[in-house]
Amino acid sequence: MSMNSTAIQQTPKSQINFEQVKKKQRMKNFSKGMLFLLPSIILFSVFLFYPLARTIYLSFFLTDAAGATTVFVGWENYVTMFTSPIFLQSMKSTFLFVLYTVPITIIISLFLAVIANEKLKGIGFFRTIYSSTMGISVAAASVFWLYLFHPSMGPLNLLLNAIGAEGIGWLTDTSWALFAIAITTIWMNIGFTFLILLGGLQSIDSSLYESADIDGAGYFYKLRRITIPMLSPTLFFVVTVTIINAFQTFGQIDILTQGGPVNSTNLVVYSIYREAFVNYKFGSASAQAVLLFIIILLMTFLQFKFGERKVHYQ
Amino acid sequence: MGQIDLVDISKSYDKQKNVLDEINLSIEEGEFFVLVGPSGSGKSTLLRMIAGLEDITSGTLKISNEVVNHLPPKDRNLSMVFQNYALYPHLSVEQNILFGLNAKKVDKEEQQKRLIETAEMMGLSELLKRKPKELSGGQRQRVALARSVVSEAPLCLMDEPLSNLDAKLRGQMRMEIRRLQKRLGMTMVYVTHDQVEAMTMGDRIMVLNDGKIQQVGKPITLYNEPANLFVASFIGSPKMNMGKAVFHADRNQLVIDDALHLEIDPVINNVPRYPNVTIGIRAEHLYPGTAENTTHVVEVINVEQLGNETLLAFEVGAEVWTAKWPGQWDVQVGEKVPVHIAIENLCFFDSDTGLLIKPARAGKQQEVVTA
Repeated sequence: MSMNSTAIQQTPKSQINFEQVKKKQRMKNFSKGMLFLLPSIILFSVFLFYPLARTIYLSFFLTDAAGATTVFVGWENYVTMFTSPIFLQSMKSTFLFVLYTVPITIIISLFLAVIANEKLKGIGFFRTIYSSTMGISVAAASVFWLYLFHPSMGPLNLLLNAIGAEGIGWLTDTSWALFAIAITTIWMNIGFTFLILLGGLQSIDSSLYESADIDGAGYFYKLRRITIPMLSPTLFFVVTVTIINAFQTFGQIDILTQGGPVNSTNLVVYSIYREAFVNYKFGSASAQAVLLFIIILLMTFLQFKFGERKVHYQ
Repeated sequence: MGQIDLVDISKSYDKQKNVLDEINLSIEEGEFFVLVGPSGSGKSTLLRMIAGLEDITSGTLKISNEVVNHLPPKDRNLSMVFQNYALYPHLSVEQNILFGLNAKKVDKEEQQKRLIETAEMMGLSELLKRKPKELSGGQRQRVALARSVVSEAPLCLMDEPLSNLDAKLRGQMRMEIRRLQKRLGMTMVYVTHDQVEAMTMGDRIMVLNDGKIQQVGKPITLYNEPANLFVASFIGSPKMNMGKAVFHADRNQLVIDDALHLEIDPVINNVPRYPNVTIGIRAEHLYPGTAENTTHVVEVINVEQLGNETLLAFEVGAEVWTAKWPGQWDVQVGEKVPVHIAIENLCFFDSDTGLLIKPARAGKQQEVVTA
């Protein structure tokens, strides 16, 4: 600004090139903006963009144990991946896992959020409890569930025995293991989902409910006609995030089952990890990672394309 | 139908000081009743208690001679318009208007009939398919009103419905609401902090301050005979000019704020003999002085030209007084102008209690002057 004003003082009015001054200001604004973005750009480049490019590059090669490229194989890693029964099983488990966890997490969290949104005495206590799993690390939660699932002294099987039923090999039975992991994941995700949904509920204008009260709307009518539609942007966000999270599940599998029994809980991210750091096949691991990236991208894109139409932003 | 009685209504939160203190009030059927007061006076709380959205701490509330303290809002047979309109953003205008009827499971044909009638009346027929965000402020206001009208409740409550509109639209909606109320014969309880709205719309006004009723009455009564200093300063724009007054019997003079001296004819004027008196005079009663009747000459510190009238501000002791002169006056700041202050235009208040001792006599005379 100061530069401009001196410029104006020095040159007679007719000679000021307004276009040039404007251009200069635009440049200045742009470089200022870039300066603010620089820290994120650097961090993103180092930890996201470069690894992404590197992964795509690696997926077309065979590598040695240290991860250095040896032979260019083109699409072969992808071809092997799609013909490998283990990987296809892994994809199937992953989709099943998403199907198990996402709807149930959302439904339970929504229910908890709706009841925790009531103005009752001591509601703060329940809100803390419901959101508490957010503060627990995946490792701690997994160890806790490992104990619960323990075949002989785990409380779950003790309970089953007490009511006369036979104990379940939660983490060792192929038909139960994925389900057990799903339960753990749902439990861990509820805290975050609950908190976001509660925040969404609290931002709904109370006068909408008051107006509905005067009109004589019942509880479920209000829930269906006001709460759910008004909550739709939040629900949309939560669904998107939960799906992405479910696709990226790793920690609980590593601690609880290591992908077993018989690969039944070998979800994609865990499969990538094993391929890369147990089998040292960085090329095919990269190919799987690229595929996962594309799937998540596609899912999110589809959600925005079809889900957002039903979302009511204020 | 639609008559409201409040008997000793009080409200307090957490057993603290009363937000509303023993309100006794009757609102007649078909009346346009305005609750006015500054923010925090408890007027909205009172309205929400009538609606059933707030608990009544103590006292009895009757609607149509029935005690309704215990009834939920939906059983009180009333409608309400909120300050922010409370329109459902995800529903179209039509769905918004029919929301209540749907909830009450009114017959579909009946719903359509009422919808068409109401939309016609409110000029919304073209907008039924739109969402609230595609409407202007005035149109949203109309949808909110339509929701109230379509319920056919005999009692309508309004909580500062015009405060989100610009000045021009507000004036227009004021008239529309007033006409609607008369046409449908509803009982209306209208909350506002704007004394102009209160004066122009109300059949009767209740002025509320600090949870206590200050005065209830017709707009003109409140203007001419304000019951106390608060009402005097709250009702009327510009506000009533006030000053401490001391009566010197020996000189037959009334001294206002140690600055203005008013000669008093001891035979005619019975100036109240109270130890502490505050006088008030309306801006329009500070007449331009003519050669014969000028009582004071004052120095103008600010001039506001309104086109049809001119507002002149001048200092009296520590206070700034405003005179409203009809017509256009070419007066400059700093100029000394003659004014005519007549003793019969003064309202007298007891400074200790704030209560009115003697209203101005000029209220009636003024009508003759302007007629």
